[in-house]
Amino acid sequence: MAKTHVTMKVNGAEVEGLVEPRTLLVHFIRENLQLTGTHIGCETTHCGACTVDLDGMSVKSCTIFAVQAEGASITTIEGVANADGTLSALQEGFRMMHGLQCGFCTPGMILRAQRLLQENPSPTEAEIRMGISGNICRCTGYQNIVKAIQYAAAKINGVQYQEAAE
Amino acid sequence: MIPGSFSYHRPASVADAIKLLSSLGDEARPLAGGHSLIPMMKLRLASPDHLVDLHGIAALKGIHRDGDRVSIGAMTTQHELLASDEIARSLPILHETALLIADPQVRYMGTIGGNVANGDPGNDMPALMMTLGASYRLEGPNGAREVVASEFYQGAYFTALEPGEILTSISIPVPAAGHGYAYEKLKRKIGDYATAAAAVVLTMSGGKVASCAIGLTNVHETPLLATEAARLVVGTSLDPATLKQAAAAAVAIMAPAADARGPVEYRKHVGGIMVTRALTRAAALTK
Amino acid sequence: MNDMTPTREQREAKLEGMGCKRKRVEDARFTQGKGNYVDDLKLPGMLHGDFVRSPHAHARVKSINSEAAMKIPGVLAVITAETLKTVNLAWMPTLAGDVQMVLADGKVLFQNQEVAFVVATDRYAADDGINAVEVEYEPLPVVIDPFHAMDADAPVLREDLAGKTTGAHGPRKHHNHVFEWTVGDKDLTDAAFRKADVTIKEMISYHRTHPSPLETCQCVCSFDKISGELSIWGTFQAPHVIRTVVALIAKIPEQKIHVISPDVGGGFGNKVGAYPGYICAAVASIVTGKPVKWVEDRIENLTATSFARDYHMTTELAATKDGKVTGLRVHVLADHGAFDACADPSKWPAGFFNIVTGSYDIPTAHVSVDGIYTNKAPGGVAYRCSFRVTEAAYCIERGMDILAQKLGMDPAELRLKNFIKAEQFPYHSALGWEYDSGDYHTAMKKMMESVDYAGLRREQASLREAFKRGETREIMGVGVSFFTEIVGAGPSKNCDILGIAMFDSCEIRLHPTGAGIARVGSKSTGQGHETTWAQIIATEIGIPADDIKIEEGNTDTAPYGLGTYGSRSTPVAGAAIAMAARKIKAKAQMIAAWLLEVHEDDLEWDIDGFRVKGLPEKFKSMKDLCWAAYHAVPPGMEPGLEAVSYYDPPNMTYPFGAYICVMNIDVDTGVYKIRRFYALDDCGTRINPMIIEGQIHGGLTEAFAIAMGQEIRYDDAGNVVTGSFMDFFMPTAVETPHWETDFTVTPSPHHPIGAKGVGESPNVGGVPAFSNAVNDAFSFLGSTHIQMPHDFWRNWQAAKNLGALAA
Repeated sequence: MAKTHVTMKVNGAEVEGLVEPRTLLVHFIRENLQLTGTHIGCETTHCGACTVDLDGMSVKSCTIFAVQAEGASITTIEGVANADGTLSALQEGFRMMHGLQCGFCTPGMILRAQRLLQENPSPTEAEIRMGISGNICRCTGYQNIVKAIQYAAAKINGVQYQEAAE
Repeated sequence: MIPGSFSYHRPASVADAIKLLSSLGDEARPLAGGHSLIPMMKLRLASPDHLVDLHGIAALKGIHRDGDRVSIGAMTTQHELLASDEIARSLPILHETALLIADPQVRYMGTIGGNVANGDPGNDMPALMMTLGASYRLEGPNGAREVVASEFYQGAYFTALEPGEILTSISIPVPAAGHGYAYEKLKRKIGDYATAAAAVVLTMSGGKVASCAIGLTNVHETPLLATEAARLVVGTSLDPATLKQAAAAAVAIMAPAADARGPVEYRKHVGGIMVTRALTRAAALTK
Repeated sequence: MNDMTPTREQREAKLEGMGCKRKRVEDARFTQGKGNYVDDLKLPGMLHGDFVRSPHAHARVKSINSEAAMKIPGVLAVITAETLKTVNLAWMPTLAGDVQMVLADGKVLFQNQEVAFVVATDRYAADDGINAVEVEYEPLPVVIDPFHAMDADAPVLREDLAGKTTGAHGPRKHHNHVFEWTVGDKDLTDAAFRKADVTIKEMISYHRTHPSPLETCQCVCSFDKISGELSIWGTFQAPHVIRTVVALIAKIPEQKIHVISPDVGGGFGNKVGAYPGYICAAVASIVTGKPVKWVEDRIENLTATSFARDYHMTTELAATKDGKVTGLRVHVLADHGAFDACADPSKWPAGFFNIVTGSYDIPTAHVSVDGIYTNKAPGGVAYRCSFRVTEAAYCIERGMDILAQKLGMDPAELRLKNFIKAEQFPYHSALGWEYDSGDYHTAMKKMMESVDYAGLRREQASLREAFKRGETREIMGVGVSFFTEIVGAGPSKNCDILGIAMFDSCEIRLHPTGAGIARVGSKSTGQGHETTWAQIIATEIGIPADDIKIEEGNTDTAPYGLGTYGSRSTPVAGAAIAMAARKIKAKAQMIAAWLLEVHEDDLEWDIDGFRVKGLPEKFKSMKDLCWAAYHAVPPGMEPGLEAVSYYDPPNMTYPFGAYICVMNIDVDTGVYKIRRFYALDDCGTRINPMIIEGQIHGGLTEAFAIAMGQEIRYDDAGNVVTGSFMDFFMPTAVETPHWETDFTVTPSPHHPIGAKGVGESPNVGGVPAFSNAVNDAFSFLGSTHIQMPHDFWRNWQAAKNLGALAA
């Protein structure tokens, strides 16, 4: 099958590649670009481990073809840290609140949470739970992920994070 | 879980898309959000030779109010529906329903046109469109035509679309001011299709139902309009006996398949309950 | 001392030792996408393998035609059983003493069984290849219902066992029988039942489910034809065992096999066993001389790579009329699928199911287990539990509730009446275990007070009245579960895998500057060992946890260990770490005595160094002693500061807990709402409370999923109907309840640091709490037992069967 030339901006850098039309975006990111932080967990668009940010949308990169992302601007987990290399508020929140265990869902979870906080900077717990409902975590039971996102929201909003009483 | 090979086309206009689809024939499929089609392709349950991606067609996007109708471009995503003030104002049931579809990521990609056009009985929008009395604009090699939603669905994945035709926009009459509405969907979890769901739009006058439409999702090979159930409630105050009769009338036309969501009897039973609950909640919302 | 001298509290805090909520070392890489999982590995020239799988549950394979597949660009080879026979690998031994087809040899025995392995230049070509292989099948009658597997006329599944009346675990009584395992005193138990005032009998099923870690099973095998060395990167919970198994079956000298478990995306028991993908990738690499990657997809994982549970337990309890349990009798029909590939210690075909007497002082008990073959996926892994302990806990905890119902007693009161008392430990159970420690009454009472148990029962009583009056369609359930786990397999006297005793190991090496590395035989799959193991060492030898690097998973560098499953890491590897640290400390003490010119006995340990008793200013820190170990050791002492410990535990550990679930169910739809879930755990000494709490949240979420819907279900033809995340219940943040956690601390008396392990407790204890809540909700309508999973439609069915639906 003839290959197609694609160009896109990934984590701020212009990238290009030759792909088959059927090449899934997740494989282009992981294999062509060698950005392996984006994971594959279910392949049926349920688990969200492959979530990346594409032109301001959280998308499951296992259910979109690389050719569809022609000209798009994409952020993967490798592009989330602050410019000075320190952890972003969300990355720090996940660490501080123990929002991860095996780490496999974490990149997708953080990318999704980042977009959620951009759209809703002060979400309630219910809004957070709805907001990450396209991402499955098998280890944490979500409770500490919710706290991690609350921690990040507080930090971004410049207020002290107050952990809810049990 | 890798799709078979295909050629990719990205037309810039509806005319080009139609030209491509009609010349490529059966082996071509339009690609909207792709969140039904791409999983099927990964399972190789669908193996089109050509994909015609509609994302490059600006004319297929957008939400417009035209007098007493709202027109929605087929490539408008669920996320855009949810973000639209116009939808929240004119068609709050559409907002409510969009929020119950799949999950946030899928809603960024999934389009209203794809949801209504692919004929999947599990999709939520078709029954809602029938309830709202929407019509679809279909454009093809022989020109454009309007088909009302209630005449569009012929069987599971079979619709009124002719070869080479695409659904380009949806036109929905704005329900009367003060109308009541509800979309009651029973599902096992986020991301699931409905075990059964019911859409209700009604108006009340003097404590009695003045008009009512009821749509049913995923309880038959096509979405259904429960016309007899709707007829039974008009003129009543939705007393318990009427609700029971209406639910029974709706259940009578259901023919769901047994699946992991439950046996036929259960899916019909909860289908009736969804109707009752949607009627009750809709009535309470009338002003 | 000047103002700059750190206080004792500051010195303690700097160590970040045991008991501290140390933030995880792993998180820096995981939050930045810099984890190193198997599928991230890309080797030069690497090929990809993918399986052709059977659509049938039972069929003869008439022919396999790979001509068309071989014409696909990129496809290099199609491996079948015939290929594997040339290297004697068409079948492989299982951990349970059975054999399993690597690729279909003449027939297939379950849907999605591996039939052929296509090797191609990339995963896209491999997928094209599998779709082009033509296989002709002749369908055969299937055995799906375990209760009919041993019918006289049941189809013969395992033709390879024809005429074999004895299997790995004794006599076989039917062509579809695997083994019978019995334990306990049958005569005494029968006598107890004859004398009992009250008895109950119920068939309690624990359905088939699957661990389903978010990362599926995968590997990269790379065979170097020149050196004859085979390197395998894989998602292994037990890499050292995998190396030994490969050496035994592939006849490659063990020193030429390098097994590496990099970061692993969750295990939950799924990644203990050896699967056909590993064998095929290794063979493909040997044949092609190139690295071969195999990555299963989610459907393959759910339908072919093992399963968990599938125990059907006919449970009987005998009791006096005032509620003292006098006997327990259980018969288990154990559905093992097509091959017996249970991942249990070798001598335990039903795992530690004989912990089924639970937390109760039951004087006599008898258990028999019949393992059977059916046309389902092979396996039987311990899904976040220690070998069939969760089945046992479910069995006894449901049984106690059913007994309470029959006696008209409160289920909590019945438990309090029958608990093993604190003064009875060490306690010898009727089925042969020595419980090391426990304080059940304290834990239970703390739970009951914390949730206002009496208040919940009052609320339930009034809601039941309201339901009877027709004022509500909701019913309320209160599910109590008090579990005792048996973890930390295990002592060499009763635990081995393929003859290898189930010890674990640690090697600590301290460097001159007072930092060091510890290599451990366990393998974290998310538990955070890089964080917690360093905390043990920090407390033991006074070196800050931040200065200790932890390494696991590389069989060339780590000491041999049996891996991470069955909550064994802390009880066994954790003990080895403490023991290795103590060896280091002992040597450091000798060096300190030499430097301080006193006798060793004149020194006392003080947080991070040794001090001369009575002379507080005469002090040598561990950091100083590390330096000294490399330049100023006492005469006759070898330099360096390094120690190894292989720890063979004297006993298992017995974590326990008191859980309660409060749930409302809408009888008209079967939809439930978890109102409250409280979990009190006692895992002995707590190394990192943050990680413990996180593990409990995760385990409870798995328990919730299993009890309320997560099922591998087959239709009558043997098709899996729940084979993807659409139908296999995998809760999101929206469905998952809020968890409340609590604890008591009863240290293990035989463990060096008193720790017991915790990761699996919430799964073991959680499932009965959920199921008891559902059953408790329906009990006033006349039911005694409703089978799991309690998904919406089954709850509705229960209500319907009990006549609770509106006419």
